[in-house]
Amino acid sequence: MSSPAVPITPALPAEWRDFLALTKPRVMTLVVFTALCGLLAAPAHINPILGFTAILCTAVGAGASGALNMWYEADLDAHMKRTKGRPLPAGRMDRQSALHFGVALAVGSVVLMGLAVNLLAAAILTVSILFYVLVYTVWLKRRTPQNIVIGGAAGAFPPLIGWAAATGRIELLPILLFLLIFLWTPPHFWALSLFVRTDYAAAGVPMLPVVAGIRTTRRQVFLYTLPMVGAAVAPWPLGLTGAIYGLTASLLSAWFLLLATRVGLSQETDQALMKPERALFKFSILYLFVLFGALVVDRMVFA
Amino acid sequence: MTPEFEDEYRRRQRARAKVTAWILGALVVLFFAISIVRMM
Repeated sequence: MSSPAVPITPALPAEWRDFLALTKPRVMTLVVFTALCGLLAAPAHINPILGFTAILCTAVGAGASGALNMWYEADLDAHMKRTKGRPLPAGRMDRQSALHFGVALAVGSVVLMGLAVNLLAAAILTVSILFYVLVYTVWLKRRTPQNIVIGGAAGAFPPLIGWAAATGRIELLPILLFLLIFLWTPPHFWALSLFVRTDYAAAGVPMLPVVAGIRTTRRQVFLYTLPMVGAAVAPWPLGLTGAIYGLTASLLSAWFLLLATRVGLSQETDQALMKPERALFKFSILYLFVLFGALVVDRMVFA
Repeated sequence: MTPEFEDEYRRRQRARAKVTAWILGALVVLFFAISIVRMM
């Protein structure tokens, strides 16, 4: 017996803006900026076309990581206020399109970087994409509250890529910049997770405030800030930068430490009233932008 | 498929095709420029 004919309505194709949203353009700004600073701070000249290509590939690689992250986490994103409007959980795109888009961007960016710039930069870009997608998104995020500590390394690669693109090698200064972003990530994200912890709890993500509590998280924010300040200031006494960077890093890091201390000492449990956490989160973004900007100015002046 | 649905379908297809064309055009220019720089 044949079943009655059911009219098949094709789904609407996703808008190009939804593909753009998959690349997390706001995260990409910081990636582009830190990669550009790594490239400009390097003691080597790179042809502007190749420099542009290196930054473009880094940005596209970061976009690929974002797209693959959203492909894998569509179920989690649907449970969080901050993320439920993204193309996949909102039903504006099918998962396969997101996967194909992410893989195409990842392969394209790495191949172009390898052919046009150099193999070291392409290799670091590959590691950063795989680290973010496999180590952070697939392996750690749903399993451990230390997810962002180790996953933070993925976001720390751009200055290394920029430096490697310009010089073809890795030196102490870009390693310190890597370390700075790596150690900056926990206080930055844990400050955010403190005032949106109910969102993470609803989605079942084992962020530190959900698993270990608010007090422990505040202590960890403060404790991670200490080595971060060390990594930020270290290039100056080590003779890798001049006073412009050194003084900027010292002043900004002192302010960061003050805000982190306020977070560490806070007793507030109402998310809506967590002012020190919000202040630290906002300042942490400015901190990285100004610090890297100062580095470029410093290197240009003292080079 | 209703006419409204089809219109929206075509509009999205056209918009995506236009963006793809722009990206491909930009990549052609970029690859040409990279080739020239690498030959120098």
